[in-house]
Amino acid sequence: MNTMVLLENVSKRFGSTVALQEVNIEIFAGEFLTFLGPSGCGKTTCLRLISGFERPSTGRVILDGRDVTGDPPYLRDVNQVFQTYALFPHLSVRDNIAFGLRMKKLPLAETRERVDKIIEVVSLDGLADRKPSQLSGGQKQRVALARAVVCQPKVLLLDEPLSALDAKLRHQMRLELKSLQKRLGITFVFVTHDQEEALAMSDRIVVMNLGRVEQIGGATEIYHRPATRFVASFIGDTNIVEAEVLGTDDGKILCRLEGGLQVLVRARNAPPDGKILVSLRPEKIRIHKTRPPGENVFRATVISEVFKGAVDDLTLRTEGGLELGVLDTNEGSDEVEFDVGEDAWCRIHPDDVIILGG
Amino acid sequence: MGYLLPGSSTPTSATPRRTPGPAGWLLLSPLLLWLGLFVVVPTLLLVILSFCSRDPDAPGRVLYAFTLENYVRAFQPTYLKILGSSLLYAFLTAILCLVMGYPVAYFIGRAPEGRRNTLLALVMIPFWTSFLIRTYAWVTILSNQGFLNGILQASGLTSAPVDFMYTPGAVVLGLVYNYLPFMILPIYGSVEKLDQSLIEAAYDLGARPWSALVEVILPLTRPGIVAGFFLVFVPSIAMFAITTLMGGGAVPTVGEVIQKQFTAARHAPFGAALGTLLLLLFFAGLWATKPRREPEPID
Ligand SMILES: Nc1ncnc2c1ncn2[C@@H]1O[C@H](COP(=O)(O)OP(=O)(O)O)[C@@H](O)[C@H]1O
Ligand SMILES: [Mg+2]
Repeated sequence: MNTMVLLENVSKRFGSTVALQEVNIEIFAGEFLTFLGPSGCGKTTCLRLISGFERPSTGRVILDGRDVTGDPPYLRDVNQVFQTYALFPHLSVRDNIAFGLRMKKLPLAETRERVDKIIEVVSLDGLADRKPSQLSGGQKQRVALARAVVCQPKVLLLDEPLSALDAKLRHQMRLELKSLQKRLGITFVFVTHDQEEALAMSDRIVVMNLGRVEQIGGATEIYHRPATRFVASFIGDTNIVEAEVLGTDDGKILCRLEGGLQVLVRARNAPPDGKILVSLRPEKIRIHKTRPPGENVFRATVISEVFKGAVDDLTLRTEGGLELGVLDTNEGSDEVEFDVGEDAWCRIHPDDVIILGG
Repeated sequence: MGYLLPGSSTPTSATPRRTPGPAGWLLLSPLLLWLGLFVVVPTLLLVILSFCSRDPDAPGRVLYAFTLENYVRAFQPTYLKILGSSLLYAFLTAILCLVMGYPVAYFIGRAPEGRRNTLLALVMIPFWTSFLIRTYAWVTILSNQGFLNGILQASGLTSAPVDFMYTPGAVVLGLVYNYLPFMILPIYGSVEKLDQSLIEAAYDLGARPWSALVEVILPLTRPGIVAGFFLVFVPSIAMFAITTLMGGGAVPTVGEVIQKQFTAARHAPFGAALGTLLLLLFFAGLWATKPRREPEPID
């Protein structure tokens, strides 16, 4: 895979605020990459470094093999969909879309052809002569998208483009964006604070916190193999438990969790020692009425239960006093029910106990 | 004339027109009364006066007999020339104010929010003194014994004093100096409301700074430019105090002529006719520059 964008040791300070710290990110040509993190973690700053609206305090920005660190935005082959759309209010939909091509001094005939084509692609037929003020939120969104992709940029940057839409439209646009990206083959760099959005659309996700990259990986990798405590707790719900390494045995590590419970953990890289943190996803803890076979089986008491339709949201307390959230899926009609106060057998597979770094 | 308000945005067909209800009219009544008594009535009187003649036996007395002689006289080449040069000075003034005022207004409007009021105050504070005093200050700088000539001669650049005063240049300078804030304020109003992301969108789409200015920034601050232009141009045409001081009678302007008719020349009906013509001119100008349909699409 070719590298399209490279952020190399990039740091960015605004006065005394450190917005980004030693960020290294490689974005591949044609992928859908998402920056995910809480508000203020530096996602927008990353985009603005790529688009050229900010210069890094240190480090380099490489675009398609060329160092563009010092280039102004209008010299970069990158276009952006702004969070507030930023459509030119004095221009019609057609003129908004044609703006970038006009700035590039494309022949009028080609401009017209490309504009007409993209209007069709984003289903804006019939609206071309309207002013932005005469469009709905979803239509504005499409114009903003069309205006950017008609320039055939090397990278399309999208800064929380769906956050101003209502929930239904947002879900629909997710699918449309993803399919548009596939069809056009343009590298998309997407920013969101919504984990669901990130998991649904991205080829890879960059999870950020406090100006640092916490983890880069595919949606399933980030969910199932969170690298840090932050990633584990930011994406989905999880139980984060302190543990102590007791020893290794046949590729597995024996740990003692808070409360004294001993579990086996699959060792992935170099086995750690001493005090560690582990993550146990609630849906990975299976509960049974009778003792199941296998490893990592323990007893616990149900202390609360909330019925949520597809799942029961339970809280259990182990004999040692450790409280764990557990999701019990309601799969069959003959599903076993647990009442508060009841004792249950729990089991977690050694692969599903995740050791967290950082 | 809503578009003359500083920073008012271009009307779109999406915004419905509203007429004030009974309560609205009640709230408007003091203003309407004021405008009626002190603008509409005097203007009508002026128009009537312009069709009257002067008593040949007692100059200054008005004969209420209908005549067109004032208008005939107003269209004589002498007066047309004066009107023409007045319009030219006013136009030059407005253009110079625009060229100098726009960058200032833009700079203030894009400055960090907390600093804008301070910067605006810096523009306004000099104008807290009377415009007469400020104009006299220019006289002390530009006159033959003035500050500027003193420097020029002391440094040996010139041997004899240069005539700065009582020239068209001095008149325009006086006007520009006094009316500059009327250009800066409405443009500031438009610039301040301009969304930063629109400028960024222009750059993002490949516009170089000059294109971004011409294609996005200027069109979107047009309401402020139009308002500022009129706020400077219109009063500049008939301004007589500044032109008298700076022109010293050597640069006659229509304002001075009108003023003289009502005073020294004691020919109020002729002054009224000139005034009425100016008024017609303003209406014609307003009509001609009224915002019409938006720019055409690319094809
Ligand atoms: N122009 C700026 N001036 C000062 N601080 C800024 C500026 N832009 C961003 N910051 C700060 O940098 C940090 C990261 O901001 P940002 O990249 O916008 O975060 P995100 O998009 O993830 O919400 C924040 O603390 C923010 O306050
Ligand atoms: Mg942001």
